[in-house]
Amino acid sequence: MLIPPILSAPLHMIPIPLIERICRLMFGRIAKAHPGLFERLDEHREKRFAFLPTDLPLAFVVVPGREEISVLRKPVDIEADAVTEAPLFLLLALMEGRCDADALFFSRDLSVTGDMEAMLAMRNALDASNIDLQKDLAKLAGPLAPVARRVIGEIRDRALKDQMRTAGEATAWN
Amino acid sequence: MELICPAGTPAAFHEAVDAGADAVYCGFRDETNARNFPGLNFSREELREAIAYAKRKGTQTFVALNTFMRAGAEEIWYKGAADAVALGADALILADFGLMAHVAEKYPQQRLHVSVQASASNPDAINFLVDAFNAQRVVLPRTLTIADIARIGKNIRCEMEVFVFGGLCVMAEGRCSLSSYATGKSPNMNGVCSPASHVRYRKDGGELVSELGEFTINRFPAGEAAGYPTLCKGRFDIADSNGYAFEDPVSLDVMGELEALKAAGVKALKIEGRQRGKAYVAEVVSTMKAALNSAPDRRAPLLARLRTMSEGQKTTSGAYEKRWR
Ligand code: SF4
Repeated sequence: MLIPPILSAPLHMIPIPLIERICRLMFGRIAKAHPGLFERLDEHREKRFAFLPTDLPLAFVVVPGREEISVLRKPVDIEADAVTEAPLFLLLALMEGRCDADALFFSRDLSVTGDMEAMLAMRNALDASNIDLQKDLAKLAGPLAPVARRVIGEIRDRALKDQMRTAGEATAWN
Repeated sequence: MELICPAGTPAAFHEAVDAGADAVYCGFRDETNARNFPGLNFSREELREAIAYAKRKGTQTFVALNTFMRAGAEEIWYKGAADAVALGADALILADFGLMAHVAEKYPQQRLHVSVQASASNPDAINFLVDAFNAQRVVLPRTLTIADIARIGKNIRCEMEVFVFGGLCVMAEGRCSLSSYATGKSPNMNGVCSPASHVRYRKDGGELVSELGEFTINRFPAGEAAGYPTLCKGRFDIADSNGYAFEDPVSLDVMGELEALKAAGVKALKIEGRQRGKAYVAEVVSTMKAALNSAPDRRAPLLARLRTMSEGQKTTSGAYEKRWR
């Protein structure tokens, strides 16, 4: 499932510092809910990990050891140790361990470049972490948490079903 | 037949148990296990919790200490064995004869399985390990045909476990030096084939280029399913042709041969993939369990969906049904 251009277009207009603030808030919330999140990264903790959603005009660079996240507008020459590119929903599904990164790599839905040791450590750290975005982020909505939880859950279920369907089609013609 | 399932993290371990594994195999976060990948594997504390969880659900835990000991550093492996025994592992999966001797002597009650890495592939070799170290099971290399397995089964004094699904190591296991040749590191000594530290991917126009050390392993045109950067599955220029010298990027799947494997005397079916994510473990284990519980003619459609999870999105029965090319 790709973000339709009609939804991603406004991101061209929203100031980067505002997007960055929201991302830091979300990152902080996830880090707090999963204190051992980056323990598996060992010596890769201070490296720069870039995530490029192919369906958004933005790029995200994370330095896990410093709990730092920066947002850049595409096109951009990213300075990072390792770079992962995939549609946003797949990146989020990987964060939750709901999709298998190797399978997405085989199907060419996901591409990785740069320091593979660091990227593998990051993949394994996320996969081991039991992140649940629906649960972890809904709390940020305060009194609207139940609504946020439902909306995030519905979007996620639809995206995952869509991914399964595409994978199934691949099986049928392969 | 038992279903033996992989786990590289506690999260994957829980998925495997919940999906119906009869046993889960895993290893410590060091060079003692043949899947020594960055960020993967278990601390002692994680293994203690995992074993307790498995025991509550009636699932067994096998601990793989299946690399070869480094001369002078045997203590790392001895400590691994001591801790795995103390934590309550149901079996240790070992490849090194020295380590087997140590375990047989120190912990005679401990169940010992011969790892595929030991490359024990004939009755003499297997019976020697049974007599010398009281090995109770052998994991057979993926270089044998089903007829070979049946012949071996009739002549050995221990159980047989075979790989039925997942990554395919096509050489005599525990003996392959391709990774060492290209990177100086191997699954046998360092626990990694084609280590991530030596892997590079780059884009060249629409092509995905995979490199291992100084070798280009493959160039995948746009739209073609990709594979791991292992030398045994590389596409090379050889004389006037360009192609796969040893094997295509492909995964093993011999679930179509379950009845033949059962008739050959196989006791346990092993799924490869400790380096894969928990989503893979959950999907593969639950599908395989369903297939095992289904009538033979109902299995194929169930298993078809696993192909998208496989390397190159293709599967093969490998040497199990060996044919000349
Ligand atoms: S190069 Fe291939 S055959 Fe050799 S150890 Fe690696 S996966 Fe196995």
